[in-house]
Amino acid sequence: MVTEVNLCGVSLKNPVVPASGTFGFGLEMAGTYDLNVLGGISLKGTTRESRFGNECPRIAECPDGMINSVGLQNPGIDVLVKEKVPALRKVYDGTIIANISGFSIDEYAECCGKAGKCDGVDIVEVNISCPNVHGGGLAFGTSAKAAAEVTKAVKEVCRKPVFIKLSPNVTDIVEIAKACEDAGADGLTLINTILGMRIDILKRKPVVANKYGGFSGRAVLPVALRMVNQVAHACNVPVMGCGGVSCAEDVIEMMMAGATAVQVGAENLRNPMVCKEICENLPKIMKELKINDLREIIGIV
Amino acid sequence: MKQGKYRITANRCIAYKVWRMDLEGDTSALDKAGKFVDIAVEGFFLRRPLAATCWDEKGFSVIYKKVGKGTEALSRMVPGQELDIITGLGNGFDTAACNRKALIVCGGLGASPVFSLAKELISEGKQVTLIQGFNSKYDIILNSEFKDLGIQPVVVTMDGSAGMKGLVTDAIDAIDPDYDYFYTCGPAVMMKAVCDKLQGPGEASLEERMGCGCGICYGCTCHTKSGAKRVCADGPVFKKEEIIW
Repeated sequence: MVTEVNLCGVSLKNPVVPASGTFGFGLEMAGTYDLNVLGGISLKGTTRESRFGNECPRIAECPDGMINSVGLQNPGIDVLVKEKVPALRKVYDGTIIANISGFSIDEYAECCGKAGKCDGVDIVEVNISCPNVHGGGLAFGTSAKAAAEVTKAVKEVCRKPVFIKLSPNVTDIVEIAKACEDAGADGLTLINTILGMRIDILKRKPVVANKYGGFSGRAVLPVALRMVNQVAHACNVPVMGCGGVSCAEDVIEMMMAGATAVQVGAENLRNPMVCKEICENLPKIMKELKINDLREIIGIV
Repeated sequence: MKQGKYRITANRCIAYKVWRMDLEGDTSALDKAGKFVDIAVEGFFLRRPLAATCWDEKGFSVIYKKVGKGTEALSRMVPGQELDIITGLGNGFDTAACNRKALIVCGGLGASPVFSLAKELISEGKQVTLIQGFNSKYDIILNSEFKDLGIQPVVVTMDGSAGMKGLVTDAIDAIDPDYDYFYTCGPAVMMKAVCDKLQGPGEASLEERMGCGCGICYGCTCHTKSGAKRVCADGPVFKKEEIIW
């Protein structure tokens, strides 16, 4: 039975990847289970300078999901490449995905350049749903033009495969996906969280201090599947599917929709063991479904 | 940390809207007072983080207040039912920081995590002075359990319906406690007042809305004098001088 998948020449022993922001820098979980069961790990979003992020509360519970407004808390790119990645490499030999965020094209390019030069990093994932200080306050991820500009700038400085992580908060995700592909993206990750809010009706104010936050969790799976399906069939680059995945069956479903690898996000927060459980359960579900090689089912729907 | 199934052996109301649940199962990760557990409640996406009140080799107890739908659902559970719980989370109290005489000041449900702290301090041969603050006599918890440990808790209520009338800081003034280290747990405003008032070193157990409870999501980060810290994994107990209120 084959669970191995390939992302732009990078081999993953299985398609399961904890999504950025839901697994810290990997090391936080190293004492809990052997990380080497995982196909890959997408590290916490990193910017040029260290950031505290937003004030608390940063978390709001929702039916079958949650809102987070962590706001990219991270120690900065230099700490990532000099400390976090080398430390994780000591205990993990699978695929390491550095996730980069920025507030300007320069910042994206600088950080992706540094991540690309870091030995331990296999893939650079570029998160383009942060406010764009160059493009009139729009998020990079909600404009095809800005998304393409970031992709182009990053590709110029980064030799490692570059995956652009797309925002679902757009009218036409295919247009943005294609713009990234045309600008040289090696792959695409989707979806990031859906902008949402909760209100504390007793206090008459938003639950999270930042008013709005990113909604994720089981409830978003159908939206993620639809977008992955649209993008995977419109583009020729591999897709990492992300959104609402909570079990091995969801991994299969995401792959049938078109994903080559599958990220698990919010579910890690309710069950820190879930990625390990999915990896262990995957061969059993494959057997039940008479799937010998996971690569056979990518995009069959 | 350790994840497992725990069987409920008791679940009962012990004060106004306050419940105590006793559970059976592996307590090997509960090695220090002040650590917490994270309980998965059927039908709710995130777990409920609760302090472990006390434990032995067979099981542990939690005390919780019915404040929302999750804790409401928890209160409807009956003995025999099982819960998926992660135990042994957080850093816990530093009992070694106290030489001989500890002062514990708690408010409301803050009595829960300091119960095992008091137990631990006493087993280390230290003397414990305890001030317990509540809104009224209807909210009092663990008073007799503390007495069973050999402690005479100084009870203070806001409405004066039990013990002294006033705030825990009034009780500090009244009894002028002799201590070399203090511990506090309760509402943030109370802990701030306690830390401002008390001379000398001490620590407080903070609370924040959490995501994962185990340090991977950075959803409960607070500012401290030594930088950004996750309440769940770097805390919940922080030294007085570290805390920015």
